[in-house]
Amino acid sequence: MVGLATVFGAGGGTSSYSEVEQTDLIVMWGSNARAAHPIFFHHVLKGVRNGAKLYVVDPRRSETAQWADLWLGLDVGTDIALSNTIAREIIHAGLANRGFIERATSNYEAYAASVEEWTLERGSAVTGVPAGAIRELAHAFATAPTAQLCWTLGITEHHNGVDNVLSLINLALLCGHVGRPNAGLNPLRGQNNVQGGGDMGALPNRLPGFQDVEDDAARAKFDAAWGSVIPSRNGRNLTQMFEAMSEGSLTGLFVVGENPAQSEADVSHAVHLLESLDHLVVQDIFLTKTAELADVVLPGSASWCEAEGTVTNSERRVQRVRKAIDPPGGARDDIAIIVELARAMGHDWPNRSSEDVWNELRSLSPMHRGMTYARLEELGGIQWPCYSEDALEPTFLHGRLWAERPEDRGRLAPFSVVVDEPPVESCTPEFPLRLTTGRRLDSYNTGVQSGGFSSPLRFGETVDVSPEDAASLGVADGEVVRIASPRGAVTAPVRVDPALRPGLVFMTMHFPDEVNTNLLTIDAVDPKSGTAEFKAAAVRIERLEAAVAGD
Amino acid sequence: MDLKISSSVATSGERAAVDAVIGAPAPDEPGALRGGTNLRAVRGGEALRGIRHQLLPVLHSVNDRIGWISRGAINYVAERMDVAPAEVYGVASFYALFSMEPRERRQVHACVDLACRAMGGPREEDLPEGVHPSPCLGACERAPAALVMEAGATVRHELAAPLATGELAALAGGAWPSAESAVASATPQVARGDSTLVLLGRVGRVDPSSLDDYRAHDGYRALARAIEIGPEAVVAEVTASGLVGRGGAAFPTGRKWQAVAGQPAAPHHLVCNADESEPGTFKDRVVLEGDPFSLIEAMTIAAYATGCAHGWIYLRGEYPRALASLERAIAACRGSGLLGDDVLGAGFAFDVTIIRGAGAYICGEETAIFNSIEGYRGEPRNKPPFPVESGLFGKPTVINNVETLVNVPHILLRGGAEWAAQGSEGSKGRKLFCVSGAVREPGVYEVEFGPTLRDLIGLAGGMRDGSELGAVLLGGAAGGFVGPGDLDLPLTMEATRAAGATLGSGVVLVLDRSVDMVDQLRRIAAFFRDESCGQCVPCRVGTVRQEEIVSRLARGTTPGDLALLRDVGRVMRDASICGLGQTANNAIESAIARLGVLQP
Amino acid sequence: MTDTVTGLSVRRAVALTIDGEQVSVAEGSTILDACRSMGKEVPTLCYGDTITPKNACRVCMVEVTGSRVLVPSCSRKVEAGMEVVTRSERVDHSRRMVLELLGSSVDLSLTRNVARWNAEYGAQPDRHGPAAQPGSGRDDAVTGHHEPADGTVASNVHQPVKVDNELYVRDYSKCILCYQCVDACGEQWQNTFAIAVAGRGFDARISTEFDVSLPDSACVYCGNCIQVCPTGALMFSSEHAMRADGTWREEDQSQVTTVCPYCGVGCSLTLHVQDNEIVKVTSPSDHSVTHGNLCIKGRFGFQHVQNRGEPRD
Repeated sequence: MVGLATVFGAGGGTSSYSEVEQTDLIVMWGSNARAAHPIFFHHVLKGVRNGAKLYVVDPRRSETAQWADLWLGLDVGTDIALSNTIAREIIHAGLANRGFIERATSNYEAYAASVEEWTLERGSAVTGVPAGAIRELAHAFATAPTAQLCWTLGITEHHNGVDNVLSLINLALLCGHVGRPNAGLNPLRGQNNVQGGGDMGALPNRLPGFQDVEDDAARAKFDAAWGSVIPSRNGRNLTQMFEAMSEGSLTGLFVVGENPAQSEADVSHAVHLLESLDHLVVQDIFLTKTAELADVVLPGSASWCEAEGTVTNSERRVQRVRKAIDPPGGARDDIAIIVELARAMGHDWPNRSSEDVWNELRSLSPMHRGMTYARLEELGGIQWPCYSEDALEPTFLHGRLWAERPEDRGRLAPFSVVVDEPPVESCTPEFPLRLTTGRRLDSYNTGVQSGGFSSPLRFGETVDVSPEDAASLGVADGEVVRIASPRGAVTAPVRVDPALRPGLVFMTMHFPDEVNTNLLTIDAVDPKSGTAEFKAAAVRIERLEAAVAGD
Repeated sequence: MDLKISSSVATSGERAAVDAVIGAPAPDEPGALRGGTNLRAVRGGEALRGIRHQLLPVLHSVNDRIGWISRGAINYVAERMDVAPAEVYGVASFYALFSMEPRERRQVHACVDLACRAMGGPREEDLPEGVHPSPCLGACERAPAALVMEAGATVRHELAAPLATGELAALAGGAWPSAESAVASATPQVARGDSTLVLLGRVGRVDPSSLDDYRAHDGYRALARAIEIGPEAVVAEVTASGLVGRGGAAFPTGRKWQAVAGQPAAPHHLVCNADESEPGTFKDRVVLEGDPFSLIEAMTIAAYATGCAHGWIYLRGEYPRALASLERAIAACRGSGLLGDDVLGAGFAFDVTIIRGAGAYICGEETAIFNSIEGYRGEPRNKPPFPVESGLFGKPTVINNVETLVNVPHILLRGGAEWAAQGSEGSKGRKLFCVSGAVREPGVYEVEFGPTLRDLIGLAGGMRDGSELGAVLLGGAAGGFVGPGDLDLPLTMEATRAAGATLGSGVVLVLDRSVDMVDQLRRIAAFFRDESCGQCVPCRVGTVRQEEIVSRLARGTTPGDLALLRDVGRVMRDASICGLGQTANNAIESAIARLGVLQP
Repeated sequence: MTDTVTGLSVRRAVALTIDGEQVSVAEGSTILDACRSMGKEVPTLCYGDTITPKNACRVCMVEVTGSRVLVPSCSRKVEAGMEVVTRSERVDHSRRMVLELLGSSVDLSLTRNVARWNAEYGAQPDRHGPAAQPGSGRDDAVTGHHEPADGTVASNVHQPVKVDNELYVRDYSKCILCYQCVDACGEQWQNTFAIAVAGRGFDARISTEFDVSLPDSACVYCGNCIQVCPTGALMFSSEHAMRADGTWREEDQSQVTTVCPYCGVGCSLTLHVQDNEIVKVTSPSDHSVTHGNLCIKGRFGFQHVQNRGEPRD
């Protein structure tokens, strides 16, 4: 969200699902949407059936990669190297969209100079991808009349995740694949309302509607509406909060619908910090590991079926969630909990319906203004921005960049000079394997929700290894092994997976109670986004007999 | 795609059979040995899916070489072509010639169909152990017939016809049929030295493997003429000739060509329907075996006239000799510049691919054929859109039957008007009839439209000694029966139509009075029940109900069953997707109505 | 024609006559669309609004002037000046026979409207004979061959129910071969191709490769096949169990549409609720995100809100 906001001023995907069906070329980069975003992938497949070319960039030959016209299996954490190499190839082949660059972008010269060192040879050496494959993707992307570039956590869950995003935005700017129908940038959100949380200002530097906290005029509007003074400085992101806990400057925490005691990288450290807080309040529908640490637990309601409200999806579509069942006894509506808390703090807030709250939001956030509940109902959701109650905006963002008159173009979109940085943790003789993490189709995050149903597809946590590594380690499919990183160790059965190449191993975070993968992952974070480098740790795998003997 | 492949692995022989059709996998393609750059970049998608039309040839290759198609083989095909195993299985299991269960390399298929039955051939229940019942093998002039197939690196097919007494048991025991001359015996007019033959003019007289011999007998003069007058004039000549489709539907060929020639979508395709499967039909086989170059030349002319760059011959799977004959002819034409990038140096490209059917009568339906070529189940498509608009691969397509096409060179050489002067007012030109059954000299007969049924039987030497005419099946299982009282029926389209009969594919199966008509009807009912593709309810269930009712009636008329049969027949005729279902009741109904069979 | 600004297609109107009445509908509409726009009921069985019509059941046939045979209204596009007759002796006969042929060979007990249509069209499936005993060999049928029928019983597709996993039940005795599950699993939506039509003719059946169990197949349990199944041949295990127990009360169920709680795609879920319990999840077929499709999480991942006994450890 940070990367897109930096370049375009709005932290949302620039395109729409329906446009993916109509585009000429789709790049899925660091996204296993087939498993992680299956219904988005339906739209990709419509596009493919309509004749779009599909390129997939992923260290694993994932389910998504198996659909590709060409899969590029780069080394974990070499995305910027690959992107810069593609950029140089496009520039040198004379395929850059000069007209768009001149009209709509800034900082091109510096960018072009920065990628100059990334010859196909060097890019191939750094990423591991054959030069011919890089060249093919570069030329296909640049010559496609329209192209969609989609990414997920394979791009963002790195210590330099924002730079990774910027490097992909650079490619779209270079070829003019943004601000036009059927061309655009699509970050696929991992959770159902990540986009909505950002839209609503659940970011340390934003007010609802992506209005800047440090913008006095914007703040004044909210001050007036809320009868209160909003702090004028940006707040802390999740990582900074944990840092503050570590320093002792943050001693109380209110956690709503998150489970950091299991979801944080280097999780034993995180648990220690949560335990050392003066006061921890958790509002959740489950008694999560985090809730077990809390001083007070507020049982909430499941927002998607026990309460009314809205969520925003990855194509910026605001949709209604509705109450279908009553929450279990004792659990309460989240708005009611907030109101009660306010009253307990001495503010006599009235009882409000979700529509009341929404209408307040509409009065303060111009991009949501046209979205009445009635219209959301009628249209099956509405994509933002929606400024007026009697019109809809185009399905893509930033068409202004193509405007004829300079004054209509607004702020030019800057190219970003981004530098290739390997993952913080390199593989060493002691920890020779690269561990990367991801999701499986039938499970989700730490399994709190998806653990509730029996799936015929589920086989529990495994450590997936290439056939070659399984052979050289002398381990068989199903054999339980010990996986160790510099931070900790877990045991899990081996699953031999031909989607992996030698040196690369894969685990999920879905079964933390059985196998706590985040004991292995590194908490190196991107200072700009606060996202940790879940995608790259160094590990070794030991047979259990050997491990016991070695200990 | 993200295939789920089971642990069954193809044998080296199965891989070789697949690779023989689509080539060995490139190092960066699925199915290649793991290692090197394919750990870093793998190609897939459309590059693999784009060869879906090789699926039927690939399945044939495995079935030919191994004798059956294993799970491992299907897995390898799936990986190589990016098609899910369930989908491959669904396609393979559509065809009767493929087996997905292990079986002996050697298979004997005995015809149990109408002509062979009528001529003393076996019924299903009579077959020796290890012999499979087969629908009509297209060798009716030599009934009864059987086909022996032996899988192996070089697959071997031999036709045994007519079967000698006890021969079937010998074949089942491993014997091979004795060599015989197929062609001469199939064309008695040729044997008699009839010099008026046109469509059969070269059959039995020229060496079917010699392009030179073909050229020495007027071959390729018509193509030269076509190039001389240009595509529009070719279409005009064909239109003027009054030629209509000989597959049974009798659609004007010129109009079809005109429609495709004018379609802006590209490319255009030409499909020759050589899936001759109508019980009692064997004329196309005789032409293909005896005069294969005439079809290639005709297709080249059709392609030139309609702007097709590629032609497809969908050949019946049970016609090994015709396959060999066509393959030789195509190779010779390619070698002489008569097929290829620049045909005759005239600046147009044309080539031909043979696709073998695999045991499915329905694939003779003009849209089922497209699905089959494209590598899908041979289920008919809904029309509209019609093939001239959206046919093979969704492109404008000319589809003509073999007999229709081989008329074309003669039309060009004689001129459309002169050609149209032959025959009757409603049936212009010449026609091939497949005369089989209780006549002295069964075979393919060429006539100028006009002779009556009596004339044709006379041409075939009259009834066999000791035989007395009981009934004649006109047009095959999809056609209808006529009786001894219909002998003066002129065999023209208009006359048969007026009489409530049809010429269909030109079948004239002459049945002796002693032939068990109820048995014939039961066989027809069983045939359609076996050959329905299963797509639409009227045909899928209607053919089953029809067989049940006929079985009941065969034991003695039961109240209401004749009415029920009429109801079933009517819904099949009115509401089936394609001609198979629409005609599946015709012959049975005609036997009841005209001959009184199954009547109280 | 597509408007380049809004991306919305703009369609011309086509005028035709149906049962003597003039009607005008958008170009590209089917005869069925036109009939429905007039409030005219045309029975359909294999038709579903998210799948390209296969026009396999042939119950929706109508007469169109100039056409030799009846025409499937679900897939025939309207043409200017077309004259359509939706009820005539010929049409009714065809519908009656299709209902009889299916009714005598398939268990239509859960297929909506069939009893009413049987009465309306006078269909008597029983007159085709007593039902044959359920068989178990349909998956082993040899293509192009069958045991000759003696006509003493009416052949049918009755067979044992397939239960090989915790989420789905497949009761192919109820299968009318509408192809919708195959198309939903295959190219039209899910592109998993776990199932296909295998065999031919009356022996044609929906099958995995070599009839392997669903867990051994490519099935990913998205439930998109179940959502499109019009006859109850495919059913969620939970519904199947409740029906067996006699506790499934569709008339008491409410349906509420909300958004899936999992990934950020934002799929619309319709929760079918009975006694404050979610008993089934579907997706609206007309929503631009899902078009009626879900993944395993959206389809089955609701249990966590009603596992209300022990807290999760």
